[in-house]
Amino acid sequence: MSLTIADLKKGEKAIIVDSSSEDIPLKLLEMGCLPGNIVELLQVAPFHDPIYLNINDSYLAIRKETAALILIDIINE
Amino acid sequence: MSKQINVALIGNPNTGKTSVFNALTGLNQKVGNYPGITVDKKEGICKLSRGVKAHILDLPGTYSLNASSLDENVVIELLLNKNDKNYPDVAVIVSDVENLKRNLLLFTQIKDLKIPTILAINMADRMSRKGISLDIELLEKELKTKITLVSTRKNEGITDLKALIENYKTLSTEPCLDTSTIDTEYFNSLKQAFPNQDLYKLWVVISQDANFGKIDRNELDFSKFKTKSKSELKRLQQKETIKRYQFINGVLKEGQTIDVTKAKGLRAQFDRVLTHKVWGYVIFFVILLTIFQAIYDWATVPMDFIDSSFASLADWIKVTFSGGGKLTNLIAEGVVAGIGGIVIFIPQIAFLFLFIAVLEESGYMSRVVFLMDRIMRRFGLSGKSIVPLISGTACAIPAIMATRNIENWKERLITILVTPFTTCSARLPVYLIIIALVIPEGRFLGLSYQALTLMLLYLIGFGMAVFSAYILDKILKTNRKTFFVIEMPSYKVPLLKNVILTVIEKTKTFVFEAGRIILAISIVLWILASYGPGKEFNNAETIVEQTYPELQGEQLENKVASYKLEHSFIGIVGKTIEPAIRPLGYDWKIGIGLVTSFAAREVFVGTLATIYSVGSALDDDDKTIKNRMANEVHDNGKKVFTLASGISLLLFYAFAMQCMSTLAIVKRETNSWKWPMIQLFGMSLIAYIVALIAFQILK
Repeated sequence: MSLTIADLKKGEKAIIVDSSSEDIPLKLLEMGCLPGNIVELLQVAPFHDPIYLNINDSYLAIRKETAALILIDIINE
Repeated sequence: MSKQINVALIGNPNTGKTSVFNALTGLNQKVGNYPGITVDKKEGICKLSRGVKAHILDLPGTYSLNASSLDENVVIELLLNKNDKNYPDVAVIVSDVENLKRNLLLFTQIKDLKIPTILAINMADRMSRKGISLDIELLEKELKTKITLVSTRKNEGITDLKALIENYKTLSTEPCLDTSTIDTEYFNSLKQAFPNQDLYKLWVVISQDANFGKIDRNELDFSKFKTKSKSELKRLQQKETIKRYQFINGVLKEGQTIDVTKAKGLRAQFDRVLTHKVWGYVIFFVILLTIFQAIYDWATVPMDFIDSSFASLADWIKVTFSGGGKLTNLIAEGVVAGIGGIVIFIPQIAFLFLFIAVLEESGYMSRVVFLMDRIMRRFGLSGKSIVPLISGTACAIPAIMATRNIENWKERLITILVTPFTTCSARLPVYLIIIALVIPEGRFLGLSYQALTLMLLYLIGFGMAVFSAYILDKILKTNRKTFFVIEMPSYKVPLLKNVILTVIEKTKTFVFEAGRIILAISIVLWILASYGPGKEFNNAETIVEQTYPELQGEQLENKVASYKLEHSFIGIVGKTIEPAIRPLGYDWKIGIGLVTSFAAREVFVGTLATIYSVGSALDDDDKTIKNRMANEVHDNGKKVFTLASGISLLLFYAFAMQCMSTLAIVKRETNSWKWPMIQLFGMSLIAYIVALIAFQILK
């Protein structure tokens, strides 16, 4: 069972493991959503959607359906 | 003619690219359109030394050369087409010092197109606060470019930038990345198939979506070459991105140090409040109330002034050039009144865009989108639709212009189509007089029936907007795949210069683009109301004098005006449509009001005043016009304005598309007559049916 960005809780950090799904917009990859980069969940809107992230020093918001395509490993601090 | 240097300003959104543009060009700028599409084309002239001038083109913000919107496509088309008259001699990449890593992705791509490129690192004033230090010399060497640190806020670095532009010929055009390292095998076969083409340009053309037309793929003969499937291409694009980031990370590792302990930022604190599940919405609501108040209330002062100024100007023309006959009347009542009808919207448009520019510049707008997206998405709208929908309560025209911020075309189109359902301020005078006529006085739970009716009308308008958005979302199909990625920029104090230039630009767009159409229709309406066929119209004075010999002075004039209107072309139109509107409970006089409402809805009241020959000074004669309307009877002696016909009329005004200014702006924003026509007929049909049902039930 692999985790995705959609499973992150507020304040949690993770390392992106895979973002090769075809349904991930290229724009997101270009903003730094690539394997090895760190992602942090900063804020969630009501109904947990959209979510507000810091990926590789870019601050952005994406919808949950997209977040569920990006596989991660959670960093335990 | 002295030589002009073509400069293209390129950069990610939110990097302050427009500030750099404003700093370079000042007021020497104009906004046009790229042919065939509604993407703004901003260009300006910048004076360099010794009489050399630079033509600056502010290209739409983009994160990379892989276009996902029409705006971004403009950038690629220009950079791939050496024959374009705006093809840059030099590209200036504006980047944000706080996110150099991401900004450099686009930089390396532009560089690989072998265009001389300058890197302008903007917002340099934030460096110390963020603990960032840069080794410029090393970066220049690694990136094979010239770098200038710019702070538009402190007006620093612009002179250096101008000097670099002037000496663009000394810039290296060596690429950053060897394209073939992305996938050696694939790119080698590409090179063999097209030995005369630049490899990276080829790759950009091949990897773009096929519907991005104008880059001519047909010139390339693909028969000798095995193309890749879409998903394989995407994998290659991903590989390219990874390669580029590897290069950038390598460069920045040496050239940039960030001392995190020194980094101070208010982002987290602001976000905690502004995107809070409760406070976020409360604050947004308060901001909306302020905007609404400004457009609805504060704007009335300049609007009243404009209104009275144009009225006196028209009177002055009539008196001064009284010998001019029909021409004088055309100028005074057609042209001047028409221009007045355009100018009167300027205060509302300026106020709305003042607020929007501040909200955008400060970075707050992205937070609103974040908060509202989920709710609005249920109705096929975007988080960004909320601002147009709310400002539509003042006036649909600035509201529709404000939909520009919605990148997704389908969501933007739906927003444009449904916004006119919200109750705009022009409906208010109509509502007020009809409510006063047909809704009984009395109270329900301490609230007057009349006030409740008015509130209900506002709710019906908003409800209809949301409901029709929901329906349109089901009907409209788009072939473009839509996704939602928005950047959450850092908070900034808005630059006054940028805000003011935005307000001026939007106002100018409205006055000159929509204004032409409004003026034309005003003149047509005036002609229709001022001319008529046959002897009734032309001998109105004599006929009225004979029929009502007891009338004198102003009363006589009013009666003549009323008689003329009845027999003018527009009066004939009113009589012609009477059979169609009779089932709704209206007579031909109301019919004329409906037709003239196209100039602006509030004209309804003035038209009825003319028809009932009580003069147009509404305020003094309010009682009189109300009394006249209250006493108006059909041929069979029944009253015209009853509860049934009144409610029917209110609902008709709530739903019908009766505003040519809105139609004109929709035409401009969608670049086609199709959508305004759909609005005109669709909304008017809904209005007709609802009004019909209401009248038939209530009568």
